[in-house]
Amino acid sequence: MIVAQRKIIPEILEKLKYHKKILVLGCGTCVTVCLAGGEREVCIIASALRMASKLHGYSLDIEELTIERQCDNIFIEMAAEATERNDAVLSLGCGAGVQAVAERYPYKPVYAGLDTAFIGILEERGVWTEKCIACGECVLSDYGGICPVARCAKRLLNGPCGGSKEDRCEVSPDRECAWQLIYRRLKDIGQLDRLKNIAVPKSWNKSRDGGYRVIIRDDHRI
Amino acid sequence: MQIKDEIDKQEKSGEPAGTVFEPKIVAFCCHYCAYAAADLAGSMRIQYPANVRIIRTPCTGRLEVGYFLKAFENGADGVLVAGCLEGGCHFQEGNLLAKKRVNYTRKLLEEIGVEEDRLRMVNVSAAEARPLADNIIDMVKTIRKLGPNPLKG
Repeated sequence: MIVAQRKIIPEILEKLKYHKKILVLGCGTCVTVCLAGGEREVCIIASALRMASKLHGYSLDIEELTIERQCDNIFIEMAAEATERNDAVLSLGCGAGVQAVAERYPYKPVYAGLDTAFIGILEERGVWTEKCIACGECVLSDYGGICPVARCAKRLLNGPCGGSKEDRCEVSPDRECAWQLIYRRLKDIGQLDRLKNIAVPKSWNKSRDGGYRVIIRDDHRI
Repeated sequence: MQIKDEIDKQEKSGEPAGTVFEPKIVAFCCHYCAYAAADLAGSMRIQYPANVRIIRTPCTGRLEVGYFLKAFENGADGVLVAGCLEGGCHFQEGNLLAKKRVNYTRKLLEEIGVEEDRLRMVNVSAAEARPLADNIIDMVKTIRKLGPNPLKG
């Protein structure tokens, strides 16, 4: 899922200072799971903005709404009336959600209330870690299901660098060395021989270096 | 009335009568400890200031950040969260969750511009009527020092 975290209140307030009526729009999918932009967070941020704006000498009139998914027009439609009656939208969706809402309502200012961080998983209660950088060409099958592109600080494809200490990454001692994990995992599943293959330099053509990417499925188009 | 008089004496010393600020404090009290302690305080005739409005909750772990913010938004001068002693939660870890949420909310209050000391968590057992009363007295003193909720101005 996409993992995000909320921006601090003064930063949001600064962006909203030219408006009076704000719709705080939550998203019920990824950002709800990572406790950044769901119904509960909409309530918290709306309350916080009401109080902070009052203390700054003006009162924001805030409406709260959470839709199922902000990256999907069918659901964005459900926020049409609420968007219409407010001056601006503070989206608590991920980067895709904010842009989808802005595209749907071209004459309404839409602001981001979250910093979208990465594609990751819930590691344990309250801890999320990055697992995928969406490079466009998945190499997971060759590395026992552990991604050296996302989880090795140097994105090395042919073994660890000389800097790792035991199972720790040299960049930060609180990070595991992805290559240590890959080695252990391949050993456990009896595929250590995979490491004998030398990986050619990764092609980044399918990554985002050529601008934003588009996937077209003709079989699903009319 | 002894304790109330004590506070009044301390707080009002040197000030003309009627000028002391009487804060409104919302106290979220856990059913299994602080609420029972408040009950016991009544049975024991232990006085605590009438500034607190007690709300009984099944566990402090039921409380959410939004509840504290709503209390301030609606004019509370202070919010006191009173849960079981650490390790003594009826639901194992509800009070520990509440502690984390209170700390998070305190940081959020700073971002908003409201003094973080207006929100406090205390731990008392069901038998601790006196410590509960003392905590309430201390909270009232703190809020009196801070003055009224700035949102009311």
